[in-house]
Amino acid sequence: MDLIANLSLGFGVAFTPINLLYCLLGCILGTLIGVLPGIGPVATIAMLLPATYALPPVSALIMLAGIYYGAQYGGSTTAILVNLPGESSSVVTVIDGYQMARKGRAGPALAAAGLGSFFAGSVGTLILAAFAPPLTEVAFKFGPAEYFSLMILGLIGAVVLASGSLLKAIAMIVLGLLLGLVGTDVNSGVARFSFDIPELTDGIGFVAIAMGVFGYGEIIANLAQPEDEREVFTGKVHGLFPTKEDFKRMTPAVLRGTALGAALGILPGGGALLAAFAAYTIEKKTKLHPGEVPFGQGNIRGVAAPESANNAGAQTSFIPLLTLGIPPNAVMALMVGAMTIHNIQPGPQVMTSNPELFWGLIASMWIGNAMLVILNLPLIGMWIKLLTVPYKYLFPSIVLFCAIGVYSTNNNTFDIWMVGAFGFIGYVFYKLGCEPAPLLLGFILGPMMEENLRRALLLSRGDWSVFVTRPLSAGLLAAAALLLVIVLLPAVKNKREEAFVED
Amino acid sequence: MKIKSQKDFFSGLMFMGVGVAFAWGATNYTVGTGARMGPGYFPLMLGIVMAVIGMLITFFALTVETVDGAKIGKWAWKPVGYILGANFAFGVLLGGLPSVGIPAMGMIIAIYALVLISSLAGSEFDLKAVLVLATVLAIGSYVAFIWALKLQIQVWPTFITG
Repeated sequence: MDLIANLSLGFGVAFTPINLLYCLLGCILGTLIGVLPGIGPVATIAMLLPATYALPPVSALIMLAGIYYGAQYGGSTTAILVNLPGESSSVVTVIDGYQMARKGRAGPALAAAGLGSFFAGSVGTLILAAFAPPLTEVAFKFGPAEYFSLMILGLIGAVVLASGSLLKAIAMIVLGLLLGLVGTDVNSGVARFSFDIPELTDGIGFVAIAMGVFGYGEIIANLAQPEDEREVFTGKVHGLFPTKEDFKRMTPAVLRGTALGAALGILPGGGALLAAFAAYTIEKKTKLHPGEVPFGQGNIRGVAAPESANNAGAQTSFIPLLTLGIPPNAVMALMVGAMTIHNIQPGPQVMTSNPELFWGLIASMWIGNAMLVILNLPLIGMWIKLLTVPYKYLFPSIVLFCAIGVYSTNNNTFDIWMVGAFGFIGYVFYKLGCEPAPLLLGFILGPMMEENLRRALLLSRGDWSVFVTRPLSAGLLAAAALLLVIVLLPAVKNKREEAFVED
Repeated sequence: MKIKSQKDFFSGLMFMGVGVAFAWGATNYTVGTGARMGPGYFPLMLGIVMAVIGMLITFFALTVETVDGAKIGKWAWKPVGYILGANFAFGVLLGGLPSVGIPAMGMIIAIYALVLISSLAGSEFDLKAVLVLATVLAIGSYVAFIWALKLQIQVWPTFITG
């Protein structure tokens, strides 16, 4: 079977000692930063990206994937122990996870999150390996018109699934697209919006945007708030393993969460986030067994389901990236940036031109998940220590890592000025209630979108109807329109607002 | 006319302004036609779209009722100033500013400056603890970036290394 042959090629690549080492290193670093409250996966990956510059492409991507999973796991630890979601997709984990910790059951909560995530991750990896080749076939049938429509669908999907104002999210995407156009136009050689600054003719560095908006912007916003009393459950983590009763309850929840997460993750947009919300809602709808703790008061299913869902979603969201070259969310947008830095153009051709990279990455995802379970459960004590580090030591360190990291991308101080500027812009966004994740997505897609629009219209001699007369393209646009209509329906609109302000 | 949502009102204005600026900037480049797009075509289109969305956001901010007026609240100038200042000082010390004749002082001094200045943004400032933190970070950065990752970063001031 192809699947087995492909996977064994992948494991052959991933199981070399050097790649295992990078995978482990990535997981440790990712968890380390991800555990710290107030730093999400986007900021974590942006911060650690420069550490992979010197590596060969396969190892670099394997390490980045490790960082991503590590950051996700780390986020759930923070959610459970400190009542602070380290990232948006663990927002719902906080509800029941923290209550469990308060009742002295932090151990089982962490184990449920870890084991659930591991199972979901394994399933997600298998789905990824099975569905990537057929989807790649489809991708080769795509012309520029289809790609353009697909990106529209992806961007619409991203805002529909995001929280907050729809109009503002769309505006942020457009702003991202525009920022992505800064620099030399590939077709005419004209340096656009560069104000005669030589560094800007290469475009704005996406590391500078990501670190500025997500790193500096968040730090400033955090510091602006008065330090609230944080209760950290450090001494109370004992009895790590869930009881038999717990296992009985969480197993179906994990299965439901995994199925839901894997399906929603493939969709464009914030797969992992929506998956976590949806999984929690479903668990809440199912009947409580006699003697079971109600939701919101520390039900283990309320931890296991969303955590499995967001991990399965995180895994399957690699599918659009690896097969079509289109990032479905901000984290994947960073991965595109990372691939381009290593001279790999993401897209359907990766699988045929670099099979060892493609399958190696997939295999390493599974290895990474396994390593995280091994790392997280026994080493939980160490991560908890990290949680007790006061913020006054953390934020100068984060500022430093961002500054050194961004400098090392080009060894040019100009990038340091840029990260500062985007830090301020990020704070402005925060004050105005503008979600920054769509901006990053637009930024990565900007040049791709322009190129495909240009090609599509060149082929059709300027006839815009090409987007609706080609069946595939028309279908994608119809799906995008449908998504918008559904969200704007009053009934769904109210539900959506409800879902995102859950407790 | 009363602003119903301050956040939306001002973000609408921001999007309008930036949209118009991009669209206006795009007219400096060849716009071309759909079949032969010039470098100005796509940005002009996007700039107009953004300005229109900005207008809509502003309009809704004036008409749709919100519970608390969605106030923007006070701007935290202290953290903004110190964090961005620390970032700026780091850049200047690390790379120098040849245009005004400031020599590069290298990574170690830049780290001390960054940690000292950025720590002022917090609610408490304990000089001894900050110096310890800076020392730890300086050694850590040296080990991680220079020794392990072998990044090409100037470590010591130019007048010492020559």
